Amino acid sequence: MTTRFTLNGTAVSVDLPGEVSLLHALRGPLGLSGPRYGCGAEQCGTCMVLVEGTPRYACTLALDAVEGKAVRTVEGLGTPEAPHPLQAAFLAEQAGQCGFCLPGILVSAAALLDRDPDPDDAAIRAALDPHLCRCGSHNRIIRAVRRAARAMREGRAAA
Amino acid sequence: MSAGSGMDFRGLVTPEDGRPRLPGSLHTNRRLSQWITFHADGRVTIRPGKVELGQGILTALAQIAADELDVSLARIGVQTAATPDSPNEGVTSGSLSVQDCGSALRHACANARAIHLQVAAQKTGVPLEALRVEDGTFFGPAGPVGSYWAQADDALLECAASPEVKAKPPSARRIAGTSAPRLDLPDKVFGAARFVHDLRLPGMLHARVVRPPARGARLVELREGGPPLPGGARVVRDGSFLAVVAAAEHDAEAAAARLAARVRWEEADTLPDERALADWLREAPHEDSVVIERAADDVALAGQTVRTCFFRPPVAHASVGTCCAVARWSGGTLEVWTHSQGVYNLRTDLAKVLRIAPERILVRHVEGAGCYGHNGADDVALDAALVARAVPDQPVRVLWSRAEELGWSPFSSAMLVEVEATADAAGNLVSWRCEIISNGHSSRPGRMQDPTLLSGAYVEGGVPVPPSINPPIAGGGGAQRNAIPLYRIPNLRIGLRRLTVMPLRTSALRGLGAPVNVWAIESTMDELAAHAGADPVEFRLRHLDDPRAAEVLRAAAEMAGWAGRARREGVGMGVGFARYKNASAWCAVVAEIAAEATVRATRLWIAADVGEAINPDGVANQLEGGAIHGVSMALKEAVRFDRRRVTSDSWETYPILRFSEVPVVQTRLIQRPDQPPLGAGECALAPSVAAIAGAIRDALGVRVRAMPFTPETIAAAMDAA
Ligand code: FES
Ligand code: FES
Repeated sequence: MTTRFTLNGTAVSVDLPGEVSLLHALRGPLGLSGPRYGCGAEQCGTCMVLVEGTPRYACTLALDAVEGKAVRTVEGLGTPEAPHPLQAAFLAEQAGQCGFCLPGILVSAAALLDRDPDPDDAAIRAALDPHLCRCGSHNRIIRAVRRAARAMREGRAAA
Repeated sequence: MSAGSGMDFRGLVTPEDGRPRLPGSLHTNRRLSQWITFHADGRVTIRPGKVELGQGILTALAQIAADELDVSLARIGVQTAATPDSPNEGVTSGSLSVQDCGSALRHACANARAIHLQVAAQKTGVPLEALRVEDGTFFGPAGPVGSYWAQADDALLECAASPEVKAKPPSARRIAGTSAPRLDLPDKVFGAARFVHDLRLPGMLHARVVRPPARGARLVELREGGPPLPGGARVVRDGSFLAVVAAAEHDAEAAAARLAARVRWEEADTLPDERALADWLREAPHEDSVVIERAADDVALAGQTVRTCFFRPPVAHASVGTCCAVARWSGGTLEVWTHSQGVYNLRTDLAKVLRIAPERILVRHVEGAGCYGHNGADDVALDAALVARAVPDQPVRVLWSRAEELGWSPFSSAMLVEVEATADAAGNLVSWRCEIISNGHSSRPGRMQDPTLLSGAYVEGGVPVPPSINPPIAGGGGAQRNAIPLYRIPNLRIGLRRLTVMPLRTSALRGLGAPVNVWAIESTMDELAAHAGADPVEFRLRHLDDPRAAEVLRAAAEMAGWAGRARREGVGMGVGFARYKNASAWCAVVAEIAAEATVRATRLWIAADVGEAINPDGVANQLEGGAIHGVSMALKEAVRFDRRRVTSDSWETYPILRFSEVPVVQTRLIQRPDQPPLGAGECALAPSVAAIAGAIRDALGVRVRAMPFTPETIAAAMDAA
């Protein structure tokens, strides 16, 4: 079965049974590394991707549910040459230790800043609550999201 | 203490071998070319034996090398550890990386620089004293005369390091001591393939292990027939080790679930009754030893005595990523890609289980998700090797499920610590007796006679993992880590009871015994302070002779506004202090909690002294991470089990601290560039646990006696009071 959707702005098609998870498709035939398996049960957020701009758990989302939709992963946020303000801010704040949790957190933060350009700490914590970070980078991550929001409001790309 | 015979605690205790002493792991890995290579194109490769665990060690080591060699940081490349070429630095653990590896690398680089300059002086006739190095180029009075790069091919480093060469004085350092950005972080925020999980080798297959439903269960029947496994998945079995391997990962996952339904296991009750775990600890077979005993005759033992028993259930590593490894057999040689903390140690035990010579195994480190101690990284490497053996020449990737990660990794042991302490009429401590009951805190591979890898016990002819041991106190100790109070106490006796049975596999987890021991000590100090009518900070300072200890304590108190704190309903503040392993970093934490339906940690103030901080921002990051880990352990964590299996094998049943629950943290580093660098990853955890317990007492007037500090354990402590 073939599923067609837009991945980070590019049209892709995947030949896998429709009930296979989006996560397996992204990490398998589509060759991405950012979305990661952490629990397979919507309990940790390491697999988070944006589907039509909304954070969704790729570990439980069936591939056929994204037919014709736009999927965005951390790879689609920015590149080292042209980083998303969030990525620049995470680097500026050195927000992370092992970094395993970051790709999921970054896409959730991007969705938050899309709907709320000036979130307070409580709003950031609430938006990131589906995500676990065992390294304890939370406070730096919150600071980085604030920093990115500021940069975006001021129309700057980087931190 | 008895550590058993033939134990190899490489890296924990440096051998006295008659050779001139060299710093850190350079002592046992003396050849310079093992550590450093200059390239003709202007790059330097350093080869530490310690590995990146998410703690930022690669960056700190590159900073040290750049500084000592006088080259820019951008020229330094770090080659990750791999057998057989990397220096054997044992295990990356115990916050020793900067101590062992940093000091070795600093000295090796100083040697390399001296050798290169000597050669340049000979070649050019410029006197050695007149030469200086600028970003790798050698300058004489008249301008450039050579470089590391021009001499790169001369095999100048094929020699042993000399103890005579001196590293730069602290005042001459330009890169070490600055907050250089993490070298690995860009990959991580752009989602690059950096983890072992992301490795994609040509022809790579995917495998999943089918674990037994109960600890120690034996596979008695694998029913044939039924529909074929998805994706042409193939079954691999060795005794009671069972796995499936397929070309596509989703097929391997589905096949494992399908196969699990076809297996009959023989199970038995092997675990203690969780509700009576403390009693079980008291009654289990054990061996006793004395950690320390000293007596003073001339002090009055009369006074105020407090007696308390502290209990913590087992806790899990709970990394956000699950364990993963890739293995390939070809022509009798095994290659393994792993996030193990010790590539040589892993190789030793792989060789034992697989019954091949260690030289036939190549073990390469690739980063994994955050590692907080001896997790399942080594275990999954064996799993991958076992499956790969059945499909020669094809790389096999094994990824653990969340249930395996939380249910089958080694845990930090349940602990019971009983303290009886007496202060005289003036409130001065006169005697301290403590008894620790715990399983050992180390079952790392490569250290015992029998292998300690999980599936090694399940393969045909396998032997159970031997009960864990405790490193000697000189190497930091295990269950007894930080059990000796740093406070002045004339009469002191600490006993250690190590269990000789191990129903739940235990090993090293961040801090080892320290979180429980420090909580017990600090809690007792609070109680004695209350009896003496003294302020908890002042009471501690009164018993501390170590000025660096006093300084962190004062700093944390000052940051928190301790002296002027106001009483607020439902809010409490507490303090915790320890010098990690009594020999490493000093750390004091003040915690503020809000006691609502549950206890919430609202703020932490952390002051630490890690000697020379190679990367101050990296240290702050580690302190904060360790403290949040401590808050999580204190308030939420407990491994749950019935008589056969671990039941807390999901994030729902093993919750950790979340974004909505994380306290605001402020850190202060006491800078001492002239003092030896000390690891920062573990020192804040135990004091944070202690500070939260103190804050609960402050808010609710109840001394908690069991972790985690949930409404249930707090209510139990109120009933007992
Ligand atoms: S892997 Fe999807 S939420 Fe954990
Ligand atoms: S940085 Fe390691 S889990 Fe978040």
